[in-house]
Amino acid sequence: MIVDNVVKVGMADLKVAAGGAILKTTGLGSCVGLTLFDERCKVAGMVHVMLPTSEIAREASFNIAKYADTSIPHLIELMRQEGAEPARFVAKMAGGAQMFAFTTGSDTMRIGPRNVESCKRMLQRFNIPLLSEDTGLNYGRTVEFNSMSGMLTIRSVQQGVKEI
Amino acid sequence: MSMNPLGSLEAFKMDVLKEVGNIGAGNAATALSRLLDKPVDMNVPTVSLIPFEQIADKVGGNEQVVIAVFLRVEGDAPGNLFFIIHEDSAKRLLRNLLSMDVLEEGYSEMEYSALGEIGNILAGSYLSSLADFTQLYLSPTVPAIAVDMAGAILSYGLVQYGEMGDSAVLIDTTFLEGKEEMAGHFFLIPDPESFNKIFSALGVPNE
Repeated sequence: MIVDNVVKVGMADLKVAAGGAILKTTGLGSCVGLTLFDERCKVAGMVHVMLPTSEIAREASFNIAKYADTSIPHLIELMRQEGAEPARFVAKMAGGAQMFAFTTGSDTMRIGPRNVESCKRMLQRFNIPLLSEDTGLNYGRTVEFNSMSGMLTIRSVQQGVKEI
Repeated sequence: MSMNPLGSLEAFKMDVLKEVGNIGAGNAATALSRLLDKPVDMNVPTVSLIPFEQIADKVGGNEQVVIAVFLRVEGDAPGNLFFIIHEDSAKRLLRNLLSMDVLEEGYSEMEYSALGEIGNILAGSYLSSLADFTQLYLSPTVPAIAVDMAGAILSYGLVQYGEMGDSAVLIDTTFLEGKEEMAGHFFLIPDPESFNKIFSALGVPNE
C-alpha cells in the first residue's frame, strides 16, 4: 500500500477521496466512523462523528463535521460536488463503543450508542442503505476505507483485523 | 471557534489549576510510593487548552495502547479523571508491587484487578486531596478500567467539551519512579462549568 495515498480524517472531521486513495481515522471510541461510497465513480467519503445531534451545541458557530445530523448531509454534498451520485450511495460504519461500563447510565455515558442511532436516522432520511456495520461493544477501533474496492478495514487491540 | 472556559486572568488561573494538579497528584504520588515502598516523583503539572485531536499525543498518539482507569467526578465541580500508564510501566508496577510473574502478553484476571485497584487508590487520593484543598464536595463514580487505544479512551472524557468547542482544558501530571520514567499520567478534565466553582472556592476573583 502506498502511504502517500492515505487521507487522514481527524476527530470531528470529514474528507472525500477517490481513485483508490484510503480514508483513515484512528482511535474511535464512542465516536463513529461512517463511510459513503459511490461504486460506479469510485468516490468515497468518511466522517468521524463525535456527537449525535447539533441540538445540544452550545457554541454560536460550530464545526459541522462534529455532529451526525450536520456532518452527513455535508459529506453527501461534498461527494456530489466531486461527481458522485447520491442515489447510488451505500454506507458502512464502525465505532460507537461504550468504552467504560457504568451502572449509572446517564446520557453522556451512552454517547456511543446514541451516535450510532443518530447516524442511522440520517442514513434513513437520505435513503442510503447501510451495507454493514461493526458498532457498539466496549473497545476502540481504527478504520480504513478503500475508495477503489469499497472495503472497510477495522483494527482493534482485542479483536484483531476485520473487513466489512 | 472554541470558547475558552477560563475567561480572563488566564495566566493566573492556569497557575491555580497547576496547583490543583500538584496537590492532587502529589498526594497520589505519596500513596503510590507507600504501595511500592520506593520514592515516587512527579513533574510539575501542565495546564493547557488543548485541541481534541492532540490530547492522545500526550501519551503516544491515538493508537497507542494504554491502561486507563477512568472515573467520573460528580458533586460540586464535575469532571473526568483518568490515570493512564503504558503497558511496560504497568507490568513493572505489578512486578514491583505484587512480586508477580506477569504475563508477557495480555493480562491475567489477577493482573487486571490489581491494576484497577492501584488506579482506584491513586485516583481516590488525587480526588480526596482536591476536595480537602477546595472544600468542594467531590464524589467519584466507581472506577472503570480499560486496556485500549488512547484515542478511543480519552475521547470519552471530551464529550462535555464537544458541545461547546473543539478543545478542552487538561491538567496533566506525569509520574516518575526513581529515575525511571514510569510514564504514568493523571489527566483531570473538569467540565466547562466547573471552573468558576473551583476558582471561587479558592478565592480567585470572578470576572
